[in-house]
Amino acid sequence: MKINSPLEAYKYLPGTNCAICGEQTCMAFASHLIDRSKKLSECTPMLEDKFRKKLDQLQGLLAPEIRQVEIGVGEKIVKIGGDDVLYRHKLTFFNQTALAYDVWDTMDEKNLVERVNKIQDFKKFYVGNFLTVDMVAVRSTSNDPKKFASAVKKVVETTDMPLVLCSFNPDVLKAGLEVAKDRNPLLYAANKDNWQQVAALALEYDVPVTLFAPNDLDLLKSLAKTFAEMGTEKLVLDPGTFPSGKQLKETFSNFIKVRRAGIDGDREIAYPLMAVPLTAWMVHDDPVSASYWETVIASVFTIKYGDIMILHSIEPYAMLPELHIRDTIYTDPRKPVTVDPGMYKIGSPTKDSPVFVTTNFALTYYTVESDISSNKIDCFLWAIDTDGIGVEAAVAGGQLTAAKIKKGIEDSGFNMKDDTSHNTIILPGLSARLQGDVEDETGSRVLIGPADSGRIPGWLEKNWPPKK
Amino acid sequence: MTQKMKLTQLTEMLQELNIESLEGVTIEGDIELNITGGGGLNPALAYALGSEISQISLHMANIGRMLGFPAEQLFASAFGMSGVPETQAPSLGTTPRMQELLASKFEVARMSNWNNPIQEVTLGATSADGGSRKNTVTIGGENALPYYFDASMPHRNYVTMDVFDMPIGMAKAVKSNYDDVINDPAEWAKKVVRDFNADMVTIHLISTDPLIKDTSARDAAKVVEDVLQAVDVPIVIGGSGNPEKDPEVLEKAAEVAAGERVLLASASLNLDYERIARAAVEHGHVVLSWTQLEINAQKELNRKLMKQCKVPRDSIVMDPTTAALGYGLDYAYTNMERIRLAGLMGDDELTFPMSSGTTNAWGARESWMVASPLKQDSDWGPREYRGPIWEIVTGLALSLAGNDMFMMMHPTSVQVLKEITQTLYGSIEAEELDISNWIGAEV
Ligand code: SF4
Repeated sequence: MKINSPLEAYKYLPGTNCAICGEQTCMAFASHLIDRSKKLSECTPMLEDKFRKKLDQLQGLLAPEIRQVEIGVGEKIVKIGGDDVLYRHKLTFFNQTALAYDVWDTMDEKNLVERVNKIQDFKKFYVGNFLTVDMVAVRSTSNDPKKFASAVKKVVETTDMPLVLCSFNPDVLKAGLEVAKDRNPLLYAANKDNWQQVAALALEYDVPVTLFAPNDLDLLKSLAKTFAEMGTEKLVLDPGTFPSGKQLKETFSNFIKVRRAGIDGDREIAYPLMAVPLTAWMVHDDPVSASYWETVIASVFTIKYGDIMILHSIEPYAMLPELHIRDTIYTDPRKPVTVDPGMYKIGSPTKDSPVFVTTNFALTYYTVESDISSNKIDCFLWAIDTDGIGVEAAVAGGQLTAAKIKKGIEDSGFNMKDDTSHNTIILPGLSARLQGDVEDETGSRVLIGPADSGRIPGWLEKNWPPKK
Repeated sequence: MTQKMKLTQLTEMLQELNIESLEGVTIEGDIELNITGGGGLNPALAYALGSEISQISLHMANIGRMLGFPAEQLFASAFGMSGVPETQAPSLGTTPRMQELLASKFEVARMSNWNNPIQEVTLGATSADGGSRKNTVTIGGENALPYYFDASMPHRNYVTMDVFDMPIGMAKAVKSNYDDVINDPAEWAKKVVRDFNADMVTIHLISTDPLIKDTSARDAAKVVEDVLQAVDVPIVIGGSGNPEKDPEVLEKAAEVAAGERVLLASASLNLDYERIARAAVEHGHVVLSWTQLEINAQKELNRKLMKQCKVPRDSIVMDPTTAALGYGLDYAYTNMERIRLAGLMGDDELTFPMSSGTTNAWGARESWMVASPLKQDSDWGPREYRGPIWEIVTGLALSLAGNDMFMMMHPTSVQVLKEITQTLYGSIEAEELDISNWIGAEV
């Protein structure tokens, strides 16, 4: 966005402090506009006629530097781009990298449907939510419009995930579009040879389109400028993903250059970027090496500015790290690191229920909490104030000590002797060295739980209730 | 696009107007505009007036529309605008065709505020410098974020592999590589250099922890001597992490390794860092300045090492803490990135090369558990493939944040991490590949 202080946004607001937006003052609302935690449309008084001009101006000033492009329709719609910064700590990155996994039109129908289902069903639980992937990319390996259309049709029937239609042949793309035109698919791709026909398709069907100019940023910019001139800014830029050697280094530079230019204000190139880690498969024969290298490239371009990518491996050892590195980079760094220290009741604990201790580092806490609650275990769980440091590091750094644990339990008004029948505290396995100290300090019996809370259910079976 | 937006707003605005209040409305008299002034209007005033008048006419037109008059058509014809309704999609025939691509030249600026180079630090000493290492390792010296085109990176990344002075619990995928050497730190060190291409070796003296074996500092120092004998690469010496015992253990180790320019791991704010710093200065070693994901604590400790303990700038490496992928890597990544950017932009308390305990990735359950503990998860697949990639991605992310040196454990992880970091560094040659038709590739 073009402004960076609440004061600059405030000038355009009505200034009545009417609080319709949910903020007490226009100034407070302005600061939410600047950190992008509220939308201008939430100030409904601005829709009044007399603010028309200011609304337009402010909208222009607040628009993200990198354009946002939407792919797909309905609930599964994917938004990419929309970024304003080069480093996540400067604000946060918006619209996490969309992960598209491929199918191809020479697959037999059964395999294709099976593969699409694997892609759309893949999920992993993580801090309160499921991590999932986003899209299916249909590649035309046949170069036959009929074959492509029938593959796209199968995919459309199997999933409502957004699609990327991949071919350099405009006739093939058109055949796919005819089948998927209601799904707002992303076209892949216009290049220096086919751009006129692909532009015509993008405009006729009103769908987003990828521009492909391998290692040629002048051409990439020319294409973007020409497409904008012809009437569409629903563009995604692919500067080419070369999978190895100096060419990969060049690819890395290209991503950084294009994004930096866009954030610096070059509107002509300020579009979302596409990476294609799938090209790793063009240089590795062995599937494990290829999957590994593809995951490595995907990680590089998740961190450095890829907004959407096309991938091939659907092995869990590729998809799990891809989902996690994306979450790592797109997690809002402004979210709190800690949960409030204190006692948390999981399920409906009684006097006989176990008492667990962990830290108030949000990630540790939520991991333990979900391991316990998803296994339907009733218990007391203490989040000890370790300044938001995880168990192992907090033991090493002195933020998790016997005294802290005692204080944590006492501060919540809990009395181990009266409020439990067993007077037993279960410490995390990684804090085993505190056992003696905690026993001395609290006078309770101390058991050492498993090093990973995922093993709590099995551990309880063996160790609970504690032997007298 | 913008046109459409405005139409919706207009409709919304019209809906908001209370139509009943317009019943029987009559507009009486002329609207008189008295424009005065000598030599014409100044442009700003003219613009403002024009805006006002247009607003009024828009209001009027809105009222007209409410009364059923198609005012928009009147506007369209009056201003010669196209009468084609907005909502109709442009047909192929009306698509503006272009014969040629518009010419364009891509340009981007180099960063202008990265003016402060990162400190270079050399580890290990050859016989010429009073040590017995065959080679040394130099890290740091960057003038830009890693691998960026703004300035070339003077040194590649290096990997030091972990060796322990006693058998410890390890993930199965890791342990299977070390079964034959697990009781012999010297053989273990040899193995990682000879078979796994380690640039350096880290000997962790964990048995010195009073709660583990309480090995004496003197006995631990013997292990250090053995390792120095066994390999000729630079080494890192780690304590047990026990804040009471570590200063003594590292002092003794520094003494027996005098002249070898080892990295002493580590000085931190929660132990007597001064003793460790003094041992380093006295015996010509480098200090690892370890803090926990806190940029200000890192500044404070570095400052204390420099000012209070007189550690030279070329003898400090930072470890700002590594959290595993999925377990706080976002904090570790951003902490390192902020540290490196601050250094490049001139904060001299943060211009030191960085080291990562990448081995921490093996603490993530995804790297070692047979299967997900949660029933709702999709199948996690074989763990022997999950573990190494977890360590790779953890290290790789930090390499992009500016980390220079990696402490690692699994041979495959080391190999792949070296491959990608050296590719981005620019020292890996590969056959050129034509990707212009990648879509059709048989993969
Ligand atoms: S709704 Fe608009 S006018 Fe009202 S307080 Fe919020 S920002 Fe101000």
